[in-house]
Amino acid sequence: MKKVKSYLIRIVIFLICVIEIYPLFWLLTASLKQQYEWTDKPAYALNAGFYIQNYIDAWTRGHMSTYFVNSLINTLVSLVFIVYFTVTAGFALTKMDWKWRKRIDSLFGLGIMVPVATALIPLFQIYNKMNLMDTRLALILSYIAFGLSLSFYLVQGYMRSLPLEIMEASVIDGCGIYKMMWHIVVPLMKNAIITVLVLQFFFKWNDLIFSMTFISSSKLKTIQTGLLYFQDEFGAKNWGAIFASVSMSVIPLLFIYIALNKKVIEGMTSGAVKG
Amino acid sequence: MNKVLGNKKAIGLFILPPLVLYAIIVVLPVAWSFYYSFYSGTPGLKWEFAGIENYIRLVKDKNFIAALWVNVRYIVIVMIGQVGLGLALSLMFHFWLKKFKSFIRTLVFFPVVLPTVAVGQLFAKIYEIQPNYGLLNSILANIGLDKLVQPWIGQEATALYCLSAMDIWVAMGFYSVIYYGALLDIPGDVIEAASIDGCNGWNLFRRILMPLLRPITIACLIFSFTGTVKMFESALALTNGGPGNATKSLSMYMYNVAFTYNKMGYGSVIAIFIFVLCFAGSRVIRRFDSKEL
Repeated sequence: MKKVKSYLIRIVIFLICVIEIYPLFWLLTASLKQQYEWTDKPAYALNAGFYIQNYIDAWTRGHMSTYFVNSLINTLVSLVFIVYFTVTAGFALTKMDWKWRKRIDSLFGLGIMVPVATALIPLFQIYNKMNLMDTRLALILSYIAFGLSLSFYLVQGYMRSLPLEIMEASVIDGCGIYKMMWHIVVPLMKNAIITVLVLQFFFKWNDLIFSMTFISSSKLKTIQTGLLYFQDEFGAKNWGAIFASVSMSVIPLLFIYIALNKKVIEGMTSGAVKG
Repeated sequence: MNKVLGNKKAIGLFILPPLVLYAIIVVLPVAWSFYYSFYSGTPGLKWEFAGIENYIRLVKDKNFIAALWVNVRYIVIVMIGQVGLGLALSLMFHFWLKKFKSFIRTLVFFPVVLPTVAVGQLFAKIYEIQPNYGLLNSILANIGLDKLVQPWIGQEATALYCLSAMDIWVAMGFYSVIYYGALLDIPGDVIEAASIDGCNGWNLFRRILMPLLRPITIACLIFSFTGTVKMFESALALTNGGPGNATKSLSMYMYNVAFTYNKMGYGSVIAIFIFVLCFAGSRVIRRFDSKEL
């Protein structure tokens, strides 16, 4: 009886893994299929060869190269600022001593709840008036501002547990606030910073709503808007190229995730549980 | 020490830049939306004060009611699916899995990081029926379930459920990881003591684990709720709101009204509605925190 149960458990867990992973596996293999394989064979058949031409087509004819670079620039620039603000303002909001601290802290906290859709119409007007429509700056500013609340929340869980003694010791050793930030707080916050960095990378890389609202010229389109309108360019039948472009948007995340997944998962659980 | 932590100049330097940015790009637009909601037309062209006319129109608007109904069903299905399956998975990891714990956790979490549009495109191909069978239909046809072959996202009856299934697939790993972290924090002796007292699996779950996990459950429900109220990207990528209006959410309807038809005033009313729904819903969920379930 016990043996049967343990086999059953194994089957269930195996099935779950298949459900979670098989679509991705299918995506990657299908992106290497030639056109005839789609019509002649069932969809679940493995790729017959490695038809790299799909990727070349998507990269050149489908303008994935442009979208890719745009997404990379927008994401990286906003990440630099998000991380900088998260460390400095997160510290000031958690550990420093000032009059409006609690109020400003809860003001930032509210941001987690604000649906992007609610801010979209006025933002459109603001950027319009400031002549920022169809510029990278519009995207980057929105990415930073909408990334702050959650990042602060994640990092504050760690900040609270930062021992006062260490900071005191550094002050006695002659550190001012800036030196202390750089030499004590930043190294101790390394895990929290990586969590914020990786999570925000995913969020910004995956943004669709801002880029489809604020960007109209195809030179500045990001990877997600590019993907959305890809079918129009290639026709619905060219599955190979579509799959290749989808894979290309996934592959950077795959690498980052494989490299840093332990840190992310740890950071998420401790941030959420103790925060 | 206090002097260092009370350094006014440093505080200003640390807080002001992000605060200004946040105030202009997040806080101001929310207030501004509220102000816009009392006007009709397009700013610049025929922009006039309309009082609460927009709000009255909202209640009577059939398209709005339809979008609300779609959105509410989506919230309920996806919230239960994401959090429920997340909990089930985490219990399985914790109590059943002996080996490969972190490996399987890594696998299950992976879909969380995928771009919504990419997932949408992928699932569009999974559900496809024409010109070729997609993954799902071709598997069904192969194992002799030809009867079940159907245009999954091409018919109103199944489109919303297919969309929900996709979003549950994406996010259940996230919730399982959160729950798993919480389960690890429950001391082993509590569970041991309960089983010595003759507690079986179901009672253990209901009387010991669930009460201990309640704060995390509330947090997960709020997170899932605020995510599903916003319903936009996945529906846009998978079905573009169709067929008909079967998967058109509040945010999508707002987007159409404001940016396709240029009715910024009326669009703002919908935007405010989404905001209020998001806040009120989270408040309601949070109230369960203190009450007995």
